[in-house]
Amino acid sequence: MEVRKMKMPKAMDFSQKWDNFKRLSHKFSRSRISLVGLFSVVIIITLAIFAPLIAPYPEHAGAFVDYAHASIPPCREHLFGTDIMGRDVLSRTIFALRGALLMAIGVIGIVTPIGVIVGLVAGYNSGSLVDTILMRISDVFLALPSLVLALAVAAVLRPTLFNAMLAVCVSWWPWYARLTYGLASSIRNETFVQAAQVIGASHFHIIFKEVLPNCLSSIFTKMALDVGWVILIGASLSFVGLGEQPPTPALGTMVADGARYLPELWWVCVFPALVIVWMILSFNLFGDGVRDALSPEEA
Amino acid sequence: MSEILTVKGLKKYFPIVSSTFSRRQVNYIKAVDNVSFFLNEGEILGLVGESGSGKSTTAYVIVGIYSPTAGDILFKGRNINVVATKRPLEVKKEVAIVFQDPGTSLNPQHNIREILSVPLKVHKVVSKKHLNSKIEELLDIVELPKNYMYKQPRAIGGGERQMVAIARALATNPSLIVLDEPTSALDVSVQAKIINKLLDIQKEFQLSYLFITHDLSLMRNVATRIAIMYLGKINELAPAAEFFQNPLHPYTQMLISSVPVVSKAEESIKKKKIISAGEIPSSVNIPPGCGFNTRCPFKKDLCFEVDPEMVEVMPGHYVRCHLYQGMRC
Repeated sequence: MEVRKMKMPKAMDFSQKWDNFKRLSHKFSRSRISLVGLFSVVIIITLAIFAPLIAPYPEHAGAFVDYAHASIPPCREHLFGTDIMGRDVLSRTIFALRGALLMAIGVIGIVTPIGVIVGLVAGYNSGSLVDTILMRISDVFLALPSLVLALAVAAVLRPTLFNAMLAVCVSWWPWYARLTYGLASSIRNETFVQAAQVIGASHFHIIFKEVLPNCLSSIFTKMALDVGWVILIGASLSFVGLGEQPPTPALGTMVADGARYLPELWWVCVFPALVIVWMILSFNLFGDGVRDALSPEEA
Repeated sequence: MSEILTVKGLKKYFPIVSSTFSRRQVNYIKAVDNVSFFLNEGEILGLVGESGSGKSTTAYVIVGIYSPTAGDILFKGRNINVVATKRPLEVKKEVAIVFQDPGTSLNPQHNIREILSVPLKVHKVVSKKHLNSKIEELLDIVELPKNYMYKQPRAIGGGERQMVAIARALATNPSLIVLDEPTSALDVSVQAKIINKLLDIQKEFQLSYLFITHDLSLMRNVATRIAIMYLGKINELAPAAEFFQNPLHPYTQMLISSVPVVSKAEESIKKKKIISAGEIPSSVNIPPGCGFNTRCPFKKDLCFEVDPEMVEVMPGHYVRCHLYQGMRC
C-alpha cells in the first residue's frame, strides 16, 4: 500500500507533463511556417553533428591545400565550387555549422541563467538598493551596441571561439536580466506571492518556485528567438577575424575571405553567406512557433 | 474568553509621491486610520464596509502583507506589527489568510499538491513520507476528491479553488484565519457552500475568524460580533444580535435599511428608514470632522469640526458618533 502511494505521484506527474507537451506541440504545428522552421533546424543540427559523414570532402575542413583543383566554379564534384586553395566550399560550410551552433548554444546557455537570476533578484526586490545596483549595471551594458561591445571584448582577448562566445555573453546577458526583471517585478505583487509570504516561505522559495515558473514561457520564447541573432553576431565577429581561427572553417571568415575575390570567384563568398541567412531564418521561424505555442490562448 | 488578537490604534497610510524624480510626498491615502478592536478566541468578528473603507487593508496589515504605519497588533499578547517576513515562524504558522479571488491566490503554474505542500514543508507539519496522506486529509476536510491533487487550479471550478485556498490556510493548524471576502468572487450557487464549510471548520477546529465582507446580511447569520468600517475607521462595533436590533450610528442604520429583504418579517427588523445617499468620499482628502458628515442625515455643526471618539454606550457596544457622546455606560 505504502509503495503504491509513493509511486503514484511520479506517474501522474508524468502523464500531466505529457499532456502539456501534446498541447504545446499541437499549438506549434498549427502554423505551417513554424514546422518549416523546425524541419530546417533539425537539418542544420543533423548536418553539424554528422559533418564528417555528410561532407563530401571531410579532410578539406582542416589545413588542406590542392592548387590543382583551386577556384573551380560550382560543378557536380564540388556543388559549391572550391576556394583558391582548392578546398571544397560545401564541405567547409558544413563544418562551419558546428562552430556557429556551438556559439549559439554556448552563449544562450551561459547568458540565460546569469540574466534570469539577476532579473529575478532585482525584480523581486524592486524599488530597493539591490534593484538599483543590479539594473543600473545592466543598463551600462545595454547602453553600448552589442556588436561594438562584443568586438571590443573580443579584440582584447585572444581570438578563439570560446573568447568570442564570452564577448557575446558580456553584451547579451542584460537583455535576459531586463526581460526577467519586468516579469518578476509585476509577478511579485500577485496574490499567490503574498500568500506564500504570509505562510512564511523563504525568499528562495518565492523567487524560484513561485515567481520563476511564471516567467519561464517568456524566457523560453526569447531563447528560441535569440539563436538566430547570436549566430549572426558570431558570424560578424569571425568576419573581422575575431572568432574561430583558420584553418578551422567559420562562416564569417569564409565570407570575408571570399569577398576579396568578388565578383570572379563569387561562389566562395555567396554560399557561406546564404547559409548564414538560411540558419538565421530557420531559427527565427522556429522561434516564432515557440512563441505562439507558449503564449496564452487568446479568448 | 481570552483575546487572541488585539489591534490598537492601527494606521496604514499610503504615501502619494508627486513625481518619479523628486519623490516628494504630497499626500497620504489614509486607508486605515486609528483602528482598534479585539477578537476573542473561537469568535467570528465580521468587519463590514463599502469598497474603499479600508477593510481589506486592515486584513493585509494583520497578516503582514503591509507593514503598519503606526499601531500595535497583539497576537496572543505578542506584538506583531511588522511585515510577515520579519515575523517569527511560529506566529506565521498560527495566522492564515484566505484571499478574495482564488483565481489569483493560487499559483497557476503549480498543481494542487504543490500548492498545499508549501505550508506543510515550510512549517514541517509532517515528514516527507506522510506528505501525500496529509494532503489527502486536507482535501478531505474541504470535501474535494483525492485525485484533485494533480490538477492545476485552472482545471477546477471557482468554488473548488476557494476550497483549496481554505485547505491551504488550514494546513498549518492555525488558530486565527483572516477571511478577506472569501465568497465575493464566486458564483452565488457556491457561496453558501463555502460559508457553511467555513462555519463547520470553525466549530470543528475551534478557530477564530476575522471575516471581512461587504455583505451585511451574511454577517447576521455568521458573526459573533460585527464592526462597521467607514473611511479607514470603525464607526460601530457590537454583538451581532444587538447590532441588528439596536443600530446606533447613522451609517449603520443606513446600511441596515439598504439590505434587500424578501418578507414582511424581515422588513420589521429594519427600525429606521434612512435612504442611502451619496458615495464614500476619497480617502485622500478626508473631510475634516467626522468622516460621515457628507452623507449623514443628522449632521450638526460639530460634525464638521471634531472627529468623534469611540464610546462604549452599552457593554460591548461601541459607537463613534457625536449623537451618542454623552451616553457612556
